[in-house]
Amino acid sequence: MFVQQVINGLTVGGVYALIALGYTMVYGILDLINFAHGEIYMLGAYLGIIFLGFFTVIGLTAYSLPLALALTFILSIVFCSAYGFTIEKIAYKPLRNASRLSPLISAIGVSIFLQNYVMLTQGATDKVFPHLFEETGFEMQGMTFTYIQIFIIVVSAALMMFLNLFITKTRMGKAMRAVAQDKTMASLVGINIDTVISVTFVIGSGLAAVAGLMVAMYYGLVNYSIGYIAGIKAFTAAVLGGIGSIPGAMFGGILLGLVESLSASYISPEYKDAYAFIILIIILLIKPSGLFGKSQEEKV
Amino acid sequence: MTEQRAESKEQRAKNTDKKSPGFVLRPLIIALWLALLFLPFRGIKDALILFVMLSILLFIFRALSGYAKTLTEKFNGIRQSVNISLETVYARSKIPQFVTYLLLFGFILSVPFFAKDYFIDVLILAGIYVILAQGLNVVVGFAGLLNLGFVAFYAIGAYSYALLNTKMGLGFWSALPLSVVLASFSGFLLAVPALRLKGDYLAIVTLGFGEIVRLVLNNWDSVTKGPNGIGGIEPPYLFGMPLGRLSYYYYFILAFVALTVFMVRRVYKSRTGRAWVAIREDEIASSSIGINTTAYKLYAFAFGAFWAGAAGALFAAKMQFVSPESFTFMESVLILSMVILGGLGSIPGVILGAVILVILPEMLREIQLYRMLALGSGLVLLMIFRPQGLFRPGRLSRLAGRANL
Repeated sequence: MFVQQVINGLTVGGVYALIALGYTMVYGILDLINFAHGEIYMLGAYLGIIFLGFFTVIGLTAYSLPLALALTFILSIVFCSAYGFTIEKIAYKPLRNASRLSPLISAIGVSIFLQNYVMLTQGATDKVFPHLFEETGFEMQGMTFTYIQIFIIVVSAALMMFLNLFITKTRMGKAMRAVAQDKTMASLVGINIDTVISVTFVIGSGLAAVAGLMVAMYYGLVNYSIGYIAGIKAFTAAVLGGIGSIPGAMFGGILLGLVESLSASYISPEYKDAYAFIILIIILLIKPSGLFGKSQEEKV
Repeated sequence: MTEQRAESKEQRAKNTDKKSPGFVLRPLIIALWLALLFLPFRGIKDALILFVMLSILLFIFRALSGYAKTLTEKFNGIRQSVNISLETVYARSKIPQFVTYLLLFGFILSVPFFAKDYFIDVLILAGIYVILAQGLNVVVGFAGLLNLGFVAFYAIGAYSYALLNTKMGLGFWSALPLSVVLASFSGFLLAVPALRLKGDYLAIVTLGFGEIVRLVLNNWDSVTKGPNGIGGIEPPYLFGMPLGRLSYYYYFILAFVALTVFMVRRVYKSRTGRAWVAIREDEIASSSIGINTTAYKLYAFAFGAFWAGAAGALFAAKMQFVSPESFTFMESVLILSMVILGGLGSIPGVILGAVILVILPEMLREIQLYRMLALGSGLVLLMIFRPQGLFRPGRLSRLAGRANL
């Protein structure tokens, strides 16, 4: 029972961590809670279903399922990244020098827009992920692990590792860290701030797309409203780990997934969604800088 | 740097020059890009329609704003022109001001004599939202504390009255003070820990609080009857007469709105109100001149929640039914939109914002499906073109552009 719940928690936690990375990167660079980020995750899930449906129609899935799945992943990532890029250009870039409130409201606006955009184009009812492969797994001492769960855990871990390498080793990653530290200084040493911000949105949205697609495979159902609650939980994960900190977001996501799945099975499943908020409030009150974050002194 | 700027200026000049290829190409590229993003959701035919429509729209926009040279100038130009036109309207209306007010009051008071029941119903709802929005205006507009879970206090007010009435048989007048005090107290309870946080973090904690309240209402079946809600709530009695009729309730709400506006205005003009504005503009400076910032922020939360509680009780009494569905995050966003549309911190502006955002969607019933789409894009456009809302709030500081929200 316990190990089973840990595996379930790790699966969900991996997904939260992937979404949380997008929040934390954008917050680190723009100081903005990107409310629309959860919707990108939702778009990823929908796009996955749409593309797989398309590939089934043209017969690609029958020809080679792995190829169809790989193409679906790639196309979803590309489209979600394009959405993230576009959203930043339209809704956030004109507000870069506005008061702190403006981009936040704008982000809420984008989130409402995207939810209804998907509802209007795809319908308000739940969408079913095409049933292409048997949900098999293996049993061990009375516990079942499905292959999808293992797939999610492995993919999340691999992506996080790649992201970490990208941030720490590449030139672009270095530029991103520099911009997060001090935008003015970064621009003075010749870093193109706009490019860095765009890259941040593209990477964050790509990760959210993978998360959305994997969740669609895991639960088999998606709805246009899944983005909001997942977004809030992922944000909680980001805050839990210390917002702006990339290892923090990974750790926070996994911790949140574990806490949620354990408390849902040991305390009460009805309040499953409330635990995230309760944890969020407790963390913010005890250690607002999060587990990995640095506390900032306020300057006059 | 300067070289780069000059170069980009040249580029922009090229783009706005009607003869250059950029003038035609850029809108086409943008339209094509957006249509491509739309493609997987609706297929090729709809994407093509969108492409054509967007290109035409963007061309019109470009032709109209061809005078402005750069994108920022374009934004500023539109911003200024909106400002100037609004201000001239205000300035001109100054001379016969009392006449306009008189006409307005006459109109508001005489509505039940000529309007249809449906319209009165909408106006009653608008009145409830005015009270709510004024409450949020105190928290966000005056004190500058972003609250994304304001609907929680509204819910607490509504459920308190519903429960006190259906379970304990209390009438409206004895239950109202209790609901208001409960809402106010919950505002205080949330604020005590939450006020240690700033800006975005405060926003998220209030959001979480709102969600927790909704989840409790949804799951605590033995008391709240869960998603089914509570029905059979009594309307208020006045001089032994039930205010079931719409026109009576209309005047009743009107009286409450007047009371709210009066009280909020009085407090705003008082020492407390000045302290709130000082905290909004610069917290450190205001604490250094001896304002007890924590205490005043607590007042703001409790005072705002007070009116949300009153609005909740009025809502429950009007609908005679409450369910958790009425108290979602979207509702919080809607109330916040009213405050922002009207102008943060402006009392008449917020009244106007609330009335517009209640009446406009009712008028657009035919395109109901697109209402939320319009609200979402409307918020983005409002933030880009007129972030200060319809009315400029008083006591605007030089620093308002980077107010510490």
